[in-house]
Amino acid sequence: MDFITQLLVAALSSGTPLLFATLGGILIERSGIIQLGAEGLMLMGAVVAAITFIHTGSLGLTLLAVVAIGAALGWVHSFLTVTLRTNQIVSGLAMTLFGTGLSAYIGKSITGIPIPRAVPKVNLDFLDGVPVLGPLFAHLDLLTWISFALVIAAHLFIHRTSWGLHLRALGDNPPTADVMGIPVQLFRYGCVIAGSMLIGLAGADMLLVYSPTWIEGMTAGRGWIAVALIIFARWNPLRAMFCAYFFGMMDTIGFKIQLIGSAIPSYFLKMIPYIVTILVLMYLGYRNRNKPSGSPEALGTPYIREQRF
Amino acid sequence: MKRLKRSSSISVLLVLALTAILSACGSNNNNTASEAPSGSPSASPSASSSASASASAAQTRTPIPNPRVAFVYIGPPGDGGWTYQHDQGVKFMEKELGIKADTVENVPESADAERVITDLAQNHDIIFTTSFGYMDYTLNVAQKFPDVIFEHAGGYKTNDNMSTYFGMNWEASYLSGIAAGKMTKKNVLGYVAAFPIPELVYNINAFTLGAQSVNPDVKVNVVWTNTWFDPTTERNAAMSLLDKGADVLMAYQDSPASLQAAAERGALAGGNDSDMTRYAPEAYLTNPVWNWGQYYVDTVKSVMDGTWTSQQYLGSFEDGMVDIAPIGESVPDDVKQLIEDAKQKFVEGSFNLFSGPIYDQSGAEKVASGQSMSNEEILNMNWFVQGVEGSIPQ
Repeated sequence: MDFITQLLVAALSSGTPLLFATLGGILIERSGIIQLGAEGLMLMGAVVAAITFIHTGSLGLTLLAVVAIGAALGWVHSFLTVTLRTNQIVSGLAMTLFGTGLSAYIGKSITGIPIPRAVPKVNLDFLDGVPVLGPLFAHLDLLTWISFALVIAAHLFIHRTSWGLHLRALGDNPPTADVMGIPVQLFRYGCVIAGSMLIGLAGADMLLVYSPTWIEGMTAGRGWIAVALIIFARWNPLRAMFCAYFFGMMDTIGFKIQLIGSAIPSYFLKMIPYIVTILVLMYLGYRNRNKPSGSPEALGTPYIREQRF
Repeated sequence: MKRLKRSSSISVLLVLALTAILSACGSNNNNTASEAPSGSPSASPSASSSASASASAAQTRTPIPNPRVAFVYIGPPGDGGWTYQHDQGVKFMEKELGIKADTVENVPESADAERVITDLAQNHDIIFTTSFGYMDYTLNVAQKFPDVIFEHAGGYKTNDNMSTYFGMNWEASYLSGIAAGKMTKKNVLGYVAAFPIPELVYNINAFTLGAQSVNPDVKVNVVWTNTWFDPTTERNAAMSLLDKGADVLMAYQDSPASLQAAAERGALAGGNDSDMTRYAPEAYLTNPVWNWGQYYVDTVKSVMDGTWTSQQYLGSFEDGMVDIAPIGESVPDDVKQLIEDAKQKFVEGSFNLFSGPIYDQSGAEKVASGQSMSNEEILNMNWFVQGVEGSIPQ
């Protein structure tokens, strides 16, 4: 494998958890609910995946449990924000703190236990001969392929179906959606729950594929990067894919630069992902200064029937 | 409207209450990736300057028949490495002496550590702080609580009531270097290194010298992770080394992530601190391990007897504080024998691995032929030997 292929492989493997979380976040925010709980949801997804896999050894049950915990936490977030109409930022932050604390607590007994390779690899040996991109796709695991499928599914859903049209209407102007006969509250519940499941899967992917040992706080801020990625991607699933892999690459590039033998101090290299986050935000802000941000117009506003905005 | 407002403020309260409760549950769960240790390699004062003077002046202490003992850990005991070994030592001590120690896990090397140590000092007689980065915080608290005894692992600052303890683990690194030098096919080794401090520098040098002693062509690539314990970062670092062509890795980190990464790619690896065979038996080489138990027994006993004095304890193969993990199944018997022979010399104390001629990366002679480095010089090392590829951020 040459240098470029190695870099792409690294980008893909550390970008996939980000991609799951960003897709989930896009689905939630498209319905008009701010999503700041990704870090907590990912940690809960990871710890539940670890506990279930260690005790049952079944990948199917593990994914089921992860999806269930995602749904449960998603329900809490939607109950708080849709039914009780609390401040969505506060509720999201609470989800993060809740998830971080609870995952640390329930994960105590399994901390540091190595988890055997659970997710099967999809071996497409005939691709090995294809230069550059061939080896990249020849030995990916099942969850990565699922993430590709989800990107396409999310794109088609949002932009090509009538349900997607309803979703966009809901995020931009809930009263209009209500008048159109869309069940605003129910729809929002559905989106938050489905999106939270995806963010839970992001944590499971991180644990089962990327770093197969449960460690307290193992996502190390990736949930927050996913929140930023939603904005970079301007709430678009296809862009989310490129953004996630780009940041995945930034995660590993520091070590590559150290190994080339550069004189840049390693402390500085460690800041790369965060510096790049700021630089990309500045660049996008400048480039899109005259365009709409792509943000759903009603993001963050609870909907109350017959009340003016 | 009024009704609505109230329900929303109630739910905000609910959320806040929930948050408070849960953050209390996980109060110590800050990521352990923390700032660099405060003592930069060049700034370290000589290792044994202040210690012996204060030790001789130490008054005899009143015996404490039932000492209350506390340990501060940097990670979870389940890390399978550094903290795990300390925890094993604590369990050994508890069994031997029939007392119960308190432990605090996941204490970051920040002002949080000082708070935790201060809390413990209120109701304990002896406190072990088991990470290099606790040094200044331990000293601060030690000065405030003269009646409490403090034991700090790996540092160089002492006080009338504060000792340090560590071991000559570079000797074990030399042995794992022999294993790596013999097992590599590409003559490219990779070293996943935590922080650019002397402890890492002399271990990397010893590892390199060990590998060169059996394979003069070998090169050691070093990457810094700037964290003791972050499996994801460690894994990324290991993968980068494997991508660069290394076929044997050594990781001076607290988790087995590098070993797991190497196993996935069909490479060999060792970890640090503890026997890590169980994480990847087919890929495991060996690595230095710590046996803290006997030291903990002896120290707590000396507190019971009232004979405790401030010192800078340096263990080794001779007293068993330093050892090497059982050598992995992939290593052939003749290599095992080679390692055993070298180990025997360390056990007898008849061999200093930092004996000349030793050259640094630029080719300058650092140790002349026929001379050896003293422990003090080794403990303050801030240059790489020839054959190491990488640099030490100053």
